Amino acid sequence: MDLSIAALLAQDGITNGAIYALLALALVMVFAVTRVILVPSGELLTIGALTLAAFDQGHVPGTVRLVAGAAVLAGVIEAVRRARRGEGRRALAGAALWAGIPLALAALAAWMGPRKLPLAAEVAMALALTGALGPLTWKIVFEPIADASVLVLLIVAVAVHFVLTGLALYFFGAEGSRTPPFSSASFDIGALRVSVQSLLVLATSALAIAALALFFGRTLYGKALHATSVNRLGARLCGISPDFAGALSFALAAVLCAFCGVLIGPITTLYYDSGFIISLKGFVGAIIGGLASYPLAAAGSLFVGLIEAFSSFWASAYKEVIVFTLIIPVLLWRSLVTHHHEEDE
Amino acid sequence: MGPLLQVEDLSVAYGNVEAVRDVSLTAARGRIVTVIGPNGAGKTTLLAALMGVLPSRGGIRHDGVDVARLAIEERVARGIVLVPEKRELFATMSVDDHLALGAFARRRERGIDALRAEVYRRFPRLLERRRQLAGTLSGGERQMLALGRGLMARPALLMLDEPSLGLAPRVVRDIFTIIAALRDTGVTILLVEQNARAALAIADYGYVLETGRVVLEGDSATLAADARVAATYLGRGHGAMTAG
Ligand SMILES: Nc1ncnc2c1ncn2[C@@H]1O[C@H](COP(=O)(O)OP(=O)(O)OP(=O)(O)O)[C@@H](O)[C@H]1O
Ligand SMILES: [Mg+2]
Repeated sequence: MDLSIAALLAQDGITNGAIYALLALALVMVFAVTRVILVPSGELLTIGALTLAAFDQGHVPGTVRLVAGAAVLAGVIEAVRRARRGEGRRALAGAALWAGIPLALAALAAWMGPRKLPLAAEVAMALALTGALGPLTWKIVFEPIADASVLVLLIVAVAVHFVLTGLALYFFGAEGSRTPPFSSASFDIGALRVSVQSLLVLATSALAIAALALFFGRTLYGKALHATSVNRLGARLCGISPDFAGALSFALAAVLCAFCGVLIGPITTLYYDSGFIISLKGFVGAIIGGLASYPLAAAGSLFVGLIEAFSSFWASAYKEVIVFTLIIPVLLWRSLVTHHHEEDE
Repeated sequence: MGPLLQVEDLSVAYGNVEAVRDVSLTAARGRIVTVIGPNGAGKTTLLAALMGVLPSRGGIRHDGVDVARLAIEERVARGIVLVPEKRELFATMSVDDHLALGAFARRRERGIDALRAEVYRRFPRLLERRRQLAGTLSGGERQMLALGRGLMARPALLMLDEPSLGLAPRVVRDIFTIIAALRDTGVTILLVEQNARAALAIADYGYVLETGRVVLEGDSATLAADARVAATYLGRGHGAMTAG
């Protein structure tokens, strides 16, 4: 291997690693706020990419019907939940909110489908539509069992992963799609050819991470999510409802996952079931951060991307094996460095 | 207008064990009402039930409205605020962030900045440490922060669980001065304390709780003069009242 090949692999690795980092951040956030391990993050990624691909080909994406169906279900669930607690008029208002907003998004997307709008509008709609699946999943599946143990939540999350994979097959079919690159330009730095596409991926990932940091550090809602993850009861005493925090974290995570799909779309051909293996790599990154530290999770994900790129050069058949075997030493290391500290007050 | 808080025959159980039994109490508007009693009497349990942290049987009316089945957040939105015994701060967040979050339920209302300025005026110590993380504060500072965070929610009913717990006598005096000053702003305060002497000194009315039941109630002056209370809680004797 000479230097230029190494540089090329590094470029690949960092580009993919940046995407894994976004996934890892979504996983860490959702786990911190709700204790749910977001196994279906890969499906959200796929759905985001396939939605954009449909817009790109001038179709109405299957996501429209998926979101519309979920919206009606969520509306009914919310109405029943509130009516049971004797909130007559507010039951209707809650239902209208939960069904209405996603339905409006779906309608707008259906209108956009056959029209050729600028790429930015299509990306925004793909993110919004897929993003809506986040809170809908929370409302339909996780909110009713929010107090269950981490293990139960994990098992349910795995079930959601399978259901969403099935729904993706039903709504998008078995063919793969690939979206056109945002840019096919490239330039040379010395012997290294740098593609503008991978620079774009890097830059937008960095932007998304910075935006997240600002959100958590500067906005009241970001602080509310952070507070919920640090001390759930303390947050409730401030009036921050765990249901609200859960829905918000799922919304953010779904948008992030869809954003990863948009970034990966031009690099890889995605099928309805491609998301899982990608999300697992984000998961390895998140585990390196102990499912708790955002910077460590991001760094770990970059590391995963690099390992993957270099192992595909030396032992491409074992690429995935090498990446996932990584989790064993990482878990060992984590179990050594984490000291279980008591909640002291 | 009736009293701000009316509790009727409230019972709270942990599994089969009833920790609070048929407790009835009333808090008039703008008054400090204290609940005193020995360790394990059920004081913390009572406040947790009033806040909605624990499920309970019986009636809880706040400002004339039945709130017994509302979620914690919904009670906060109605002005019921608890400063819990364990403080429940956010260890990795700054003092400033705590105050901002304390007003979460009031985020659509005006005057939050003025409110924060007022809290900092009451607790200059917090202002000095506004960027410091809660996990690194001293015990007294944490208590001030918990109280300040509670005040940011614009409480109508402020429930304080052992605000003097683990504090040096000087800090205890400061805290009680602040609590007495809060009453003058119109807040109704339900004060749970083991430091019965200090509690009765600032309270208007008091209840004595033993093994989950109210065994005595009255104006705080009357209570303080009561021989049994003096013997049991004001350090002039030994043993629980019902035993003697
Ligand atoms: N989570 C729990 N599970 C079971 N029993 C509990 C629990 N919390 C409290 N208890 C019991 O309920 C009773 C009342 O406890 P509580 O904490 O309300 O007392 P307290 O009056 O606040 O005491 P202290 O002055 O020590 O704070 C005690 O007997 C206690 O052991
Ligand atoms: Mg107590």
